[in-house]
Amino acid sequence: MNKRLSLFNWGIIALAALFFFVPLAVTGVFSLWQGGSRYGFSAYFLLLNTSGFWASLWLSFRLAVETILLSFFLLVPSMIFVHLKAQWLKPLFEFISNLPFVIPAIALIDGLTTLYTGPAWLISTPNYLVIPYVFLALPYAYRSIDVGLTTLDVKTLTEAGQSLGAGWGRIIFWVLLPNMKAALIGATLLTLTIVMGEFTFASVLLFHTFAVFINDTGQNAITEAAALSLFSFLITWLFMLGVLITGRRNPANLGGAH
Amino acid sequence: MAANGENLNAGVDITEVSTPAGQVPAGTGGIGTFIGHLIPWFFVVLFLSYVVAFLVAPTSVLVVQAFTGDHGFTLSYMEGLADYQYALAFENSIILSLASAAVGLVFGGLLAYAILQPGAPKFLRSMVTSFSAVAANFAGVPLAFAFISTLGTLGFVTVFFKHLGIDIYSMGFSLYSLTGLTITYAYFQVPLMLIIITPALEAMRAQWREAADGMGATSWQYWRLVGLPILFPSLLAAFLLLFGNSFSAFATPYALSDGNIALVPIDISNVLSGNVMSDPQVGAALSTGMILVMAVVLVIYSFVARRAARWRK
Repeated sequence: MNKRLSLFNWGIIALAALFFFVPLAVTGVFSLWQGGSRYGFSAYFLLLNTSGFWASLWLSFRLAVETILLSFFLLVPSMIFVHLKAQWLKPLFEFISNLPFVIPAIALIDGLTTLYTGPAWLISTPNYLVIPYVFLALPYAYRSIDVGLTTLDVKTLTEAGQSLGAGWGRIIFWVLLPNMKAALIGATLLTLTIVMGEFTFASVLLFHTFAVFINDTGQNAITEAAALSLFSFLITWLFMLGVLITGRRNPANLGGAH
Repeated sequence: MAANGENLNAGVDITEVSTPAGQVPAGTGGIGTFIGHLIPWFFVVLFLSYVVAFLVAPTSVLVVQAFTGDHGFTLSYMEGLADYQYALAFENSIILSLASAAVGLVFGGLLAYAILQPGAPKFLRSMVTSFSAVAANFAGVPLAFAFISTLGTLGFVTVFFKHLGIDIYSMGFSLYSLTGLTITYAYFQVPLMLIIITPALEAMRAQWREAADGMGATSWQYWRLVGLPILFPSLLAAFLLLFGNSFSAFATPYALSDGNIALVPIDISNVLSGNVMSDPQVGAALSTGMILVMAVVLVIYSFVARRAARWRK
């Protein structure tokens, strides 16, 4: 067989390289533009001194961490139990984990704002966003934990723990979780990526997360917006690199919130 | 027994934590067993309640609202979706999703095939795969701005072509049209396709090709009679996922067009934010329509995906 790539295949690769590289390069150049033919880092310095930049970045990061903690709290114990003792519930869990694909974010937020008009302590702080964010993360978190559980011999590990007198909390935290580290880190990084870039929920609910800040910046300061877009690409790159390094090729690591 | 167990466990772990007083090891009988059985159920019920309260209930309320008028049940809001404005939004959303899924399918498929060839350099393969993981997740506002900088009215590529004497905007191109959105969506659809289809392409065995070659089949005959029929369910499944991915996209078109393009998610957000004067029921009807489309797409997907799994071990 011919061991060399055909011209056609090289053409496809070259075309893809052009298509994917040009917008990034152009955004990079644009972010350095200072009007006329002057170029420099002023857009970046300006951003570093904008309070909205740090505040929104920190807010998005905080929400991402809260989303991860809440997702794991809701999913890990119940999934371990279903895996061990209530396999008949598994189809239901699987069905639920796919629901966020069926219900688009914009429809979910429409429903949430219709149904919940209070209490104020819940819906008036950005923390409210964590509730729908859990559903954004759900398909990926579910699949990662599921992969983690099926590759582990949970039954033997649990029985071993129990015969040594460990309770459920101890078995989960000291035996099962450490063994599922790779799967959980993958889910964590993916959730970070998705939440850091999430725009739909935050913009409808008028909270100033990072993506909303980028959008607002773009209304009047395009070079700063270009700088932010590039920065946001680097964040995504960083987190996905982590996903690729920790979890071999994991089919759970797809897609995001567009 | 239990106390003994605690000690053993403490011996294994280097840093010991104190066991909360209320924690009862399973298997100690009596009230302890009872609580031990109850705690896991507590978590299952907690998760299910969360889903019901914040996903199922809001969605149900929307659907009910879409069918409820001043005098009880009504179909008028759903029928209202046939009004020109909303019919256009659905038409645009579906055309955009079909087009961007097709672009993703063809180019993502060809790119995946190219880098999986035995002759492709290894570093290229890992570079393309890892870049795909990033690009498939790079979307929304930053992606929109990257394309505005590139192909917007004052974008670098637009200006570059203008210097060459080609004014793409006067030739009918606009980044803020369905064509422009399709090109922008390709930035996440193509890599997503590559990620989805790679396992199916890897499962294509070299022997099949060799057998076909041995019997004198041309490359075209191999693909028409062997390759594509085997891949067909996987390709269809991928197409449906890409369709859904594009259909529910909101951030990218919103940031690109500043909310001024007729797509279903944009219309919903305009109702929600009060940008247009219309009843909340209109938004609910739009959302219900969107959920219906997504449900149909994913039901077909689950059937097709099951068939696609046949050729994989």
